[in-house]
Amino acid sequence: MGRRDMADIISTVEFNHTGELLATGDKGGRVVIFQREPESKNAPHSQGEYDVYSTFQSHEPEFDYLKSLEIEEKINKIKWLPQQNAAHSLLSTNDKTIKLWKITERDKRPEGYNLKDEEGKLKDLSTVTSLQVPVLKPMDLMVEVSPRRIFANGHTYHINSISVNSDCETYMSADDLRINLWHLAITDRSFNIVDIKPANMEDLTEVITASEFHPHHCNLFVYSSSKGSLRLCDMRAAALCDKHSKLFEEPEDPSNRSFFSEIISSVSDVKFSHSGRYMLTRDYLTVKVWDLNMEARPIETYQVHDYLRSKLCSLYENDCIFDKFECAWNGSDSVIMTGAYNNFFRMFDRNTKRDVTLEASRESSKPRAVLKPRRVCVGGKRRRDDISVDSLDFTKKILHTAWHPAENIIAIAATNNLYIFQDKVNSDMH
Amino acid sequence: MFARGLKRKCVGHEEDVEGALAGLKTVSSYSLQRQSLLDMSLVKLQLCHMLVEPNLCRSVLIANTVRQIQEEMTQDGTWRAVAPQAAGRAPLDRLVSTEILCRAAWEQEGACPAPGLGDGHTQGPVSDLCPVTSAQAPRHPQSSVWEMDGPRENRGSFHKSLDQIFETLETKNPSCMEELFSDVDSPYYDLDTVLTGMMGGARPGPCEGLEGLAPATPGPSSSCKSDLGELDHVVEILVET
Repeated sequence: MGRRDMADIISTVEFNHTGELLATGDKGGRVVIFQREPESKNAPHSQGEYDVYSTFQSHEPEFDYLKSLEIEEKINKIKWLPQQNAAHSLLSTNDKTIKLWKITERDKRPEGYNLKDEEGKLKDLSTVTSLQVPVLKPMDLMVEVSPRRIFANGHTYHINSISVNSDCETYMSADDLRINLWHLAITDRSFNIVDIKPANMEDLTEVITASEFHPHHCNLFVYSSSKGSLRLCDMRAAALCDKHSKLFEEPEDPSNRSFFSEIISSVSDVKFSHSGRYMLTRDYLTVKVWDLNMEARPIETYQVHDYLRSKLCSLYENDCIFDKFECAWNGSDSVIMTGAYNNFFRMFDRNTKRDVTLEASRESSKPRAVLKPRRVCVGGKRRRDDISVDSLDFTKKILHTAWHPAENIIAIAATNNLYIFQDKVNSDMH
Repeated sequence: MFARGLKRKCVGHEEDVEGALAGLKTVSSYSLQRQSLLDMSLVKLQLCHMLVEPNLCRSVLIANTVRQIQEEMTQDGTWRAVAPQAAGRAPLDRLVSTEILCRAAWEQEGACPAPGLGDGHTQGPVSDLCPVTSAQAPRHPQSSVWEMDGPRENRGSFHKSLDQIFETLETKNPSCMEELFSDVDSPYYDLDTVLTGMMGGARPGPCEGLEGLAPATPGPSSSCKSDLGELDHVVEILVET
């Protein structure tokens, strides 16, 4: 894969709060925003489809001269700010720097200047005989994107998460060892609220893997670790939230213990439910639902691809065991979704306990076709369209997925392709 | 029970061979697997992206794995010892661990002998794992540490850090993992970043399947040495039991 191809690899996907806009970030530092076309009777076939709205270069590659290392321009995360006026705003981050972007539309322009002509050239004053008031005339829609804030130099280690607070004034950014709190309007300082860096780096055994603010309580946030634990922290308790309010950890299953147990327990993503009552975590083989009121163990565990359990050594060898999959809730918190290998993604219905495996690929996704459930067979009876474990393509991994906040629309990033699937039949949440 | 061939190999040992041999064989098979995992992990720690900072989470997880193996080997007494265990059955928990390592890692290859059975050949798991280092070296012509291109400024500290690793491994004391990261003032992964890397060298081509590399002849030490690059060779010497 040449460098140009690699730049197109999608590295993050995020719907805004209404679902009208969908942002993707890629390895080349670009952000592409899609907008949902309003449904219209005139063109029923393009009801609610997403078209490109704006594309801009968010981050550029940098070079850290002190360490002789490149800083990748890859966009790790995008988070939308709640919309407060006609403009849209989002935060995008690479490993080191977070940027606040403002997206505005311009669909009118003034015409009829007295001193300038249509092209902007100064008029010969002798030709001006009367005064006119310039009027706004409609023009083709122009989307303008501008960087409003750059939050730099806040992190020594690589940023893995950003999360906007429900107060809409602050946000946090987390790297491997620290979490910082920023004010959206202030770029030259941030407050450190979590620091797990040991005094002796030799003692380092655990890193922060993801973090998120509670959707309703602006003082609460959670962060996950490489040892599989979740820590819920209350910012009212202390300035430095090294002491958690709650620690969520599932005791290890001794019958499944191997040298890879810790690695597969590392949490790659954590998401609060829309209700704020639950948390969803993803580790290498499972997704788990946790109740905020119960720290001892998750209330639900779903197997994503348990057939990989016997292959952990090979997956360790080829580094796949370190892949960080994300997870997502649907709008009503009744269904959860996560990606897997071979361009498969999985959905689990929490109420019916049914699950489905679907594939995001051009061959199987003609427009308006219904996705066919897939199955991975692990020996024993093999049905016709089953895929055997050994023929799974581990280079085709779906790490990033997003669910529309209200409707059954999902966005799936499969390497450098974006798939958007809509459930037209069951458009309402159930 | 044992295959006939195995029994015949034990000609001359009249006493209750089966039990002791089963124990020994199980232990040595597990030890070899564990050793290979340790080798692989150490190679992973040292291979890094030259230009971009390595992933700290990945490094920490691999280091923890190395620590786990090392602790177990220290408990075994195999960390220092070269001689195999004295005759007698391995303790029960060791058998359990073997099975787990087997089940977890090798079940797919279908070559995992259940503990105590022994199927007379070590072709499967051991040889699948062992050639990891040997087969990778030829793929990357610049496998030798000293042939790297790229930023030279950290050369001095690079050599120092490399020496540090090997020095601490050589002392073979339980705290050597800590000393691996003994460069306190600089960020953790300075050690990694100054070490040369094949770009994701542990990653062979597209992961079409989970099959390991082609099985090599059994007998890890000799076959590995012959094809290894210089770095792998040195690691091999230092950690080989």
